Amino acid sequence: MSNQITHTRSFSILTIVLIICFIINISLGSVSIPLKDIFNSIIGIETGQETWQYIIQNYRLPKAFTAILVGSGLGISGLLMQTLFRNPLAGPFVLGISSGASLGVALIILGSSFFGSVFAVLLISKWSIVIAASLGSFLVLISVMAVSLKIRDTMAILIIGLMFSSITAAIVSVLSYFGSAEQLQQYIFWGFGSLGNLSWNELSILFIIYCFGIILSISSIKSLNSLLLGENYAKSLGLNIKKSRLIIIIATSLLAGTITAFAGPIAFIGLAIPHLTRQIFNTSNHKILLPAVFLFGAIVMLICDSIAQVPNSDYTLPINAITSLVGAPVVIWLLVRKRKMIF
Amino acid sequence: MKDFQKHIILSTDKLTIGYSSKKQQSIIASNININLYKGELIGLIGANGIGKSTLLRTLTNVQKPLQGSIQINAKNLNEYQSIDLAKVLSLVLTEAMPSKNLTVFELVALGRQPYTNWVGSLTKEDIEKVNEALKLTNLENLKYKNCFELSDGQLQKAMIARALAQDTDLIILDEPTTHLDMYHKAYILKLLQKLAQETKKTILFSSHEIDLAIQLCDTIIVMTNENVITDNPSNLISNGTFNKLFPKDLIVFDDKTKKFRVIK
Repeated sequence: MSNQITHTRSFSILTIVLIICFIINISLGSVSIPLKDIFNSIIGIETGQETWQYIIQNYRLPKAFTAILVGSGLGISGLLMQTLFRNPLAGPFVLGISSGASLGVALIILGSSFFGSVFAVLLISKWSIVIAASLGSFLVLISVMAVSLKIRDTMAILIIGLMFSSITAAIVSVLSYFGSAEQLQQYIFWGFGSLGNLSWNELSILFIIYCFGIILSISSIKSLNSLLLGENYAKSLGLNIKKSRLIIIIATSLLAGTITAFAGPIAFIGLAIPHLTRQIFNTSNHKILLPAVFLFGAIVMLICDSIAQVPNSDYTLPINAITSLVGAPVVIWLLVRKRKMIF
Repeated sequence: MKDFQKHIILSTDKLTIGYSSKKQQSIIASNININLYKGELIGLIGANGIGKSTLLRTLTNVQKPLQGSIQINAKNLNEYQSIDLAKVLSLVLTEAMPSKNLTVFELVALGRQPYTNWVGSLTKEDIEKVNEALKLTNLENLKYKNCFELSDGQLQKAMIARALAQDTDLIILDEPTTHLDMYHKAYILKLLQKLAQETKKTILFSSHEIDLAIQLCDTIIVMTNENVITDNPSNLISNGTFNKLFPKDLIVFDDKTKKFRVIK
């Protein structure tokens, strides 16, 4: 089978590209550090300056790892949603996960005036935002799942997810209307997304939950493939639709929910990466797509983060804008070049 | 074929089909008694809206019977776990696949899912079964083509190959010849006949191709407003059953040509 050989080759190339992007990502930043010292600090040998080692170990490395988790996690949850809903426009946030998180964060930041100014200082710490975002997405998720257990038609779940998004968006609008300019700015900054805020501790929590999501995704490969035939065929192949659907939804929520909680609502990646991967790998087989999406997601996120960092300057552009600015033209170019959308 | 050698694959006993809601039951057809034997090709015919799809949906456990029972391999249909049912009954449906970006081989290999492990890896035996199914349906040269490159007829063959790869005693097809031209209608039904004879599988299909069904089927199930009749084609013709199929104002069944003709 020649297909398998080309796939193995593509995977090796992508892995090498990922490693290169990783190294580039940590070697770029507001302070320029020689490549040799970067390698040295990764393997723990003393570098020319102590600050360099500190920057790399406590800032750049966790940021690069976050980029990998965020890119691959959002890409995979996007893939799961697109297959489950048989809809190329679906993404990790169709179930209202990011809007739930936004609501949680909006309540904390914008609603703090309602809780009184004494609490405000306490409330708006980094952890409280993470917890609020998790709680928000968890609540929306529980509602969507409760509904999905009762509903036969998968498409109805999609619509219900969209409705939940509208409701939360409306509440956020109302809160914004009453919020102060300062609070609004803070909320908007959260919405820009950020990869660089995570300490090793936070990163390890993200990683543990990410792993659960990935394990569930891998265990869904078989059911995802049979869902390519449509639900009735999948059922005739002995698939328990409700159970598989639930596992897929939980996997997506774990991945997209925690990523949003820690890094903010990063929009574009989850929608675009599965399309990019399908165009390049030319297959719908999830056994190939899943690892390919993992690699592409991580690579694209590392590249976007390197650009957002604006090498050798003090600026950091919002990562949420960069993913779309870089990613959208690539997807458009691929679709135009191939003249055919593969789904 | 002698009677004592005949092995019943599917049988229904006083089956009543239809839909039930909390308030009322709407019965589509009742007292259906069918026996389908091993290695038979069976056609299911009837006018639009008479309940062919409802019958097939009931036989394939998509909806529950209102009364009576269905047995597959002498075991009651509602006693089957879905994974076990997938090993005795495979389907070819009318609905289009949401994704056609699979190769023919990958599509047919999905038929092995009831037998594969948790990630769906194909064993040597699985690959053999898939290749066998491709060979039986003459699809070997299209093996690595993507499904969106296939014609309607080729795609239907691939779906049949997928059902074959599922390795079940019974294959049920819902209107497998719609969208096909005259040649390919005959081709698909002839292929089903060959498969029933060679693989000894029981193949049940619903169709509007009555004249082809008469020529190719071992047994025909005729659904009319009054009842459901199961017999071989020549008995059905001599009993005049086909004339009960449709309102008599427009077409009549001609016993000699075994075809319907328009009243002049």
